[in-house]
Amino acid sequence: MTRQIIPEAIAREPWHVILPLLLLNTFGSAILYSAAGGNLEPWATLHTIHFAVFLAMALVISHFSRDFLKLVAFPGYVVLVLLLVLVELIGGIGGGSQRWLNLGFMTLQPSELMKPGIVLMLARYYDTLPPAMTKSWRSLLPAAGLLGVPTLLVMLQPDLGTALSISAGAVVVIFLAGLPLRWFIGAGAAAIAIIPVAFYTLLHDYQRNRVLTFLDPESDPLGTGYHISQSKIAIGSGGFFGKGFGNGSQSHLEYLPEAHTDFAFATMAEEWGFVGGLFILGVFMWILRWGLQVARNAPDRFSMLLAAGMTFTIFFYMAVNVMMVMGLAPVVGIPLPWISHGGSSLMTNMICIGTIMAVERWSKRSSGLSG
Amino acid sequence: MLGASNHVSSGTLKNSFERRSVVIGGLQLGVGVLLAARMAWIGLVQNDKYSTLSESNRVNLTLIPPRRGAILDRNNAPLAANRADFRVDLIPDRLIDPDRTLTELGQLLQLSAVQLRDLRDKLEKAHGFQPVEVAAGLDWDRFAAVSVRLPNLPGVLAQRSFSRWYPTGPSVGHLIGYVGTASAEDYAQERNPLLITPGFKVGKDGLEKRFEQELRGAPGARRVEVTATGKVVRDLEMREDVPGQPLKLTISAPLQDYAARRMGPESGAVVVMDCLTGDLLSMVSMPSFDPNNFSDGIGRIEWKMLSDDDHVPLRNKVLRGLFPPGSTVKPMVALAFLEAGLDPKAAVNCSGGLRVGNRVFHCWNRRGHGHTDMAKGIYQSCDVYFYHFAQKVGMQRIADMARRLGLGESYDLPVLGQSYGTVPDPDWKQKKYNRPWAVFDTVNATIGQGYMLVNPLQQAVMTARIASGLELQPRLIFDPNAPKPRSLGLSQEHLDFVHQAMSDVVNGPGTAGRARLPIDNVLMAGKTGTAQVVSLNISDGKSGAWKYRDHGHFICFAPFDKPRYACAVVVQHGGGSGAAYPIARDVMTFLYDPAKAMEVLQGMEAGWGGTPQQRQATKYREYTARYGVSAPRAANEAELARAGARADAEAARPPAINTEAAQPRAEPDAGAAAPAPAQPAQPGTPAQPAAAPTSAATPAGSPQ
Repeated sequence: MTRQIIPEAIAREPWHVILPLLLLNTFGSAILYSAAGGNLEPWATLHTIHFAVFLAMALVISHFSRDFLKLVAFPGYVVLVLLLVLVELIGGIGGGSQRWLNLGFMTLQPSELMKPGIVLMLARYYDTLPPAMTKSWRSLLPAAGLLGVPTLLVMLQPDLGTALSISAGAVVVIFLAGLPLRWFIGAGAAAIAIIPVAFYTLLHDYQRNRVLTFLDPESDPLGTGYHISQSKIAIGSGGFFGKGFGNGSQSHLEYLPEAHTDFAFATMAEEWGFVGGLFILGVFMWILRWGLQVARNAPDRFSMLLAAGMTFTIFFYMAVNVMMVMGLAPVVGIPLPWISHGGSSLMTNMICIGTIMAVERWSKRSSGLSG
Repeated sequence: MLGASNHVSSGTLKNSFERRSVVIGGLQLGVGVLLAARMAWIGLVQNDKYSTLSESNRVNLTLIPPRRGAILDRNNAPLAANRADFRVDLIPDRLIDPDRTLTELGQLLQLSAVQLRDLRDKLEKAHGFQPVEVAAGLDWDRFAAVSVRLPNLPGVLAQRSFSRWYPTGPSVGHLIGYVGTASAEDYAQERNPLLITPGFKVGKDGLEKRFEQELRGAPGARRVEVTATGKVVRDLEMREDVPGQPLKLTISAPLQDYAARRMGPESGAVVVMDCLTGDLLSMVSMPSFDPNNFSDGIGRIEWKMLSDDDHVPLRNKVLRGLFPPGSTVKPMVALAFLEAGLDPKAAVNCSGGLRVGNRVFHCWNRRGHGHTDMAKGIYQSCDVYFYHFAQKVGMQRIADMARRLGLGESYDLPVLGQSYGTVPDPDWKQKKYNRPWAVFDTVNATIGQGYMLVNPLQQAVMTARIASGLELQPRLIFDPNAPKPRSLGLSQEHLDFVHQAMSDVVNGPGTAGRARLPIDNVLMAGKTGTAQVVSLNISDGKSGAWKYRDHGHFICFAPFDKPRYACAVVVQHGGGSGAAYPIARDVMTFLYDPAKAMEVLQGMEAGWGGTPQQRQATKYREYTARYGVSAPRAANEAELARAGARADAEAARPPAINTEAAQPRAEPDAGAAAPAPAQPAQPGTPAQPAAAPTSAATPAGSPQ
């Protein structure tokens, strides 16, 4: 066999995913190196270390058995909900909003973990639900409850972006679970009716301003519209090949806000241009395509829903962030995975990747068994 | 579809998943394509637009205010120059917390409560990017204190620049004007970004305003790379400013300063002219403002001082002060008589008055001058002589001569406005009042009363023309190649006669013996004038309320036999010509012996409380102590202009129709029949008018 040249243990790893992610994350480190004015500190080195650590974590997850994940789905969900309540309580006592738990050695953001957590929970739920009940209320109401509790808790923080993110993954799982299509059409119609009401009652002032600014960025170019305007200037001035590595004036002269986190894509686009943007989108498309392929080839309902939900969670991150920096979505504070600096979101996405890898491993084994 | 069958098996669910996952995959791909298309749109199609925006973010073009052209005197001494200094400005639009910023600046710059209050007023009135000056002329320590804290003071600018500096301050206030920050109106008129560049000043008054374009120059520019917070990263390009052109005047700076200081606490004007060229050597209006204090805007204390002062420091009395000239017109009238063919030996017997129609017109000397010919009429300023012959010669001839000698004329000068006054004649009265000219109008006009109104510059021009016989035009801008003035066509014999009589005013048995110059071999010729302000039943014109006192005039030239310098002095409400001629004498002395004249002045200033600048500083301290921040807020420019216009309108108010005989006022030294000994004024004692013959001033009741 040709594979003999490389040791079996290494050759067995899913390099078709690891290599694109390594490329993407290295590109991210390069962007952060430039954003720091040509310094590895404070972001680029840490970004690489984070990746190494979370890649190891993903590989460990990929070896989890199907039964183990089924087993931890509900207890894990309960623990995460309790942590969200705890965060809310600490925030209430401390006065003001809080999203993190300080564990001493690291800060933990339970709402981040809830993104893969809710996907796992719902996949497990529909796995146990008898197919015959798919069209009855029992297929929807418990799922809605499972989604509603953490979403409301996150909204209270308040963190609109994460709440949407949690909902997106969950809704896709529910959709793929085969619930009647007319329910989704009805829900969509209801949402359109409710959004204006929710906009004026549920949202905080600053959230409302972000949405209004998104709709008309020029209305307040030096206020809340500033971020979007400057981001578009950064991307637009990059052109086809960009201004060159380390030559981005928008990021280096601090016109671009959050150049190393939420707006890292704009930092990249200014220096690498359209070509750099196509590269990032291409890698994401490759990974998303892989994720959906794994889901479609998965051996059972649980694995299918799990892999597809995790894929969509990654997609939602990428789509909302890139739409935001290009002025197609409000500023919601969602980073771009593997590019933006920040451990929490990287951990979430690597959990998703690890889970999809696990599903891929299960399907190989089952196909191997059957074949 | 799922809904087709009631029984749902795991197989149908798997099929459903297959179909729906294609939808999700399609959605993901669709969004991916959308994002790529969006990026192509922004980055490729609209690249030009965003590149420009990015460049305008990155590169900041800073204008460097040009150095303003200097204003020089005839010997290139600076009347207005530039001083390098440190300054601090505010940009209202960039302030985040104005109150905190002002408080902090107040501490760092050690501003007084009044200065802070004024600053708040200015900030309230300013808007947008119009810079507000906080302080200029700072020392290094205070400048550095602000500079290092700039990152914490958004909207505050600290920079090196040049500020306008008038070495002699109040002496040149009315002549040169002042500079100040461009107003919103200026900017609306001339959309020039230079106008809102911090540290840039435009001319607001006088020559500074009239020659704004010539003095301004072209700004320099600095292209710098800046961060979003305005921090300069590096210089990209630098262009030096082009300084404005210097403006050279005919003024003599030392003489201008001396004349201004010699006015002391009086209100009035001094004009000195060169009798050969028409060059104006000094043009002083006092009291004045200090243009150095105006360039940072007028503060509340300064405004209070200006508004309280009944001497109207904001009015340029040389050009816009109109006064009845009194007896200073008599040499001019005498020339008109001579031209009309009157024999100078022709005489009248002055018994102290002359009946004209049913009124008696008094001579200022109620005891009478006895036998009076033309020479005595001038040097003793006998009114009856002029009453008598003016009726014979007629007003038209006198008015023609007045205009020939420059009265009633608006000169071709680069100034912002002249009040040209009135030379009355029969046509004028018909047009103005629709009444025929009456004999008593002639009588009043010949002694410079009635409708006759002139400004001090016109008096100086008249004097210089009488002295030289040339059609001199007053000139303010130095020009060595100016055309030679033409002759007026007056007979030299007539001029010599008048010159001799005017010399006798000072050096002979005249009305101003004490005006004799303390200079060997230089004899000055002159003519006194005392002009009544209110009728005798309100005030005797010598004492009482200041605003009712007579105006004092003196016109003179020297040397009398070879005229070189002509001078006119007006002391508003000075109580008579005795207030004016000592000033004229000392100013003329300064032209020949500056040291001697300065010695006299320094003695006087010791008694007045110092130079005008020192006196203003003292007054400022008193006002600050008395009123402090409770003084009303300062006027803006428009209000200032209105206040000035009001003062002018009051001064130029046409007299009510006149049916009275003027009451000629006593001339100072005339009581002495013999030539008074010419003495320089004693240092420390301002020359006092000699005791006027009291009998002459006795009220005679209303004219019969």
